[in-house]
Amino acid sequence: MTMIFGVPLAVLSGQLLIGVINGAFYALLSLGLAVIFGLLKIINFAHGAMYMLGAMATVILFDALGVNYWVALFLAPLLVGVFGMLVEYFLLRRIAGQDHIYSLLLTFGIALLVQGVLTNLYGVSGLRYAMPDMFKGGINLGFMFLPYYRAWVIGVALLVCFGTWFMIEKTKLGAYLRAGTEDAQLMQGFGVNVPLLVSLTYGFGVMLAAFAGVLAAPIYSVTPVMGSHILIVVFAVVVIGGMGSIGGAIITGVLMGVIEGLTKTFYPPASSAVIFLVMVVVLMVRPTGLFGKEA
Amino acid sequence: MTHASNREYEQLRISGLHAFYGESHILHGIDLVVHRGELVTLLGRNGAGRSTTLKAIMNMVGRRTGSIMVNGEETMACAPHHIARLGVGYCPEHRGIFSSLNVQENLTLPPVVRSGGMSLEEIYTMFPNLYERRFSQGTKLSGGEQQMLAMARILRTGANMLLLDEITEGLAPVIVEKLGDVLVALKNKGLTIVLVEQNFHFAAPLADRHYVVEHGQIVEEIRADELSAKQSVLDSYLGV
Repeated sequence: MTMIFGVPLAVLSGQLLIGVINGAFYALLSLGLAVIFGLLKIINFAHGAMYMLGAMATVILFDALGVNYWVALFLAPLLVGVFGMLVEYFLLRRIAGQDHIYSLLLTFGIALLVQGVLTNLYGVSGLRYAMPDMFKGGINLGFMFLPYYRAWVIGVALLVCFGTWFMIEKTKLGAYLRAGTEDAQLMQGFGVNVPLLVSLTYGFGVMLAAFAGVLAAPIYSVTPVMGSHILIVVFAVVVIGGMGSIGGAIITGVLMGVIEGLTKTFYPPASSAVIFLVMVVVLMVRPTGLFGKEA
Repeated sequence: MTHASNREYEQLRISGLHAFYGESHILHGIDLVVHRGELVTLLGRNGAGRSTTLKAIMNMVGRRTGSIMVNGEETMACAPHHIARLGVGYCPEHRGIFSSLNVQENLTLPPVVRSGGMSLEEIYTMFPNLYERRFSQGTKLSGGEQQMLAMARILRTGANMLLLDEITEGLAPVIVEKLGDVLVALKNKGLTIVLVEQNFHFAAPLADRHYVVEHGQIVEEIRADELSAKQSVLDSYLGV
């Protein structure tokens, strides 16, 4: 058997694959956080809850209405996006421009509320979501076995990330978003409906989270607390990448997933701490993050 | 509409305008009228409330009371983006060039609010420097070029009333001269311009009327043909 640094190739590539998958989720989630932070200047502590809502909605829609995976892939993010826009319109808007601590507490409170209600209804032991039939099985690449679903998750997550990056960096709508990030008031003075742009941006950011939630449903345990677990890591990823950098959020997300995977292979005890270790080092060397703009 | 009747048209009427930033009371009852096609300056010392008046027109200050009519429409209850769509183009003192956008993106960013705005080609003819640097990052331009960009940006939108805040501040004389030419060209096109200006020698030959602002109130109105007669009054207000 081929060995690399004393580790069988199959084990190494298997862990790398898990790392890239986790990284794809980190990327989708930190991307949404970065987009929201850019325009709204709020740190969305409800982001994990939105991810969880996406996964829960997928399961519930299937169990109650028989909605299949492909429909859920669009419907669940849409529902969560609308929910997010309502949250923005009725709650976040009222504390816009206040100290960060208010939005932090408010979004954290929303997360706890959503999590609490769903825990009450469904418990915390986890719901099962059957893998769609067409994704059963996988392909033997010779050095490793690649399950179809994992390949799909990586592909579509990266596609969505790239699409989002393209939209923000290369289109007119994205120019509004970038300019609004710098000076929203002036944008509104030019005739841009900034309040609407803010609602749409928040809705879009949480849609990304919910989309990640749908992708997660067949492979992770779907529970009301799944979001709070991943969110802590995602915040570390965002800090490493630098707040507000769109490309940075994507690259850092994937990179951190891979680093986590490699650590799991070579020194498992450190695997859950390694991202925070990287965060500490990055903060010491480059406080604005790897891709953050110098203040 | 004839040119003469244009001059009767009140593009902007401000009455009893008070404005506040938090606890501080900045404007204490501004009253002024600007007719279509006029170039009117707001003169005064720093901190007199001239920039705040422009911001208040755009609904960009904290609390306001009084009345601001644009084209005969009361705007006190309007959000800033609705005011822009009445044909008001605002060029802030800090210029507001977006660093994450290149020159052309900056230029095409503000939505078109009325028909009859300048095309990109006309703008590049008026400001050849901007054409040469159209793919540069907006904030990499020189101060003068950034000011041209900030002006050009609102010409594309078709706004027919421009609120220009300290556009010559800190610029080389040759650039200031160029901006003067631009203002004359815009005036000839029939645009209404409200100019907040520190540089009186720049503003004097261009303007139809001057308002002197002090302590958040209009203390003097001077027509262009009264300038020489009222020069000493003006000097005492401006402290020159």
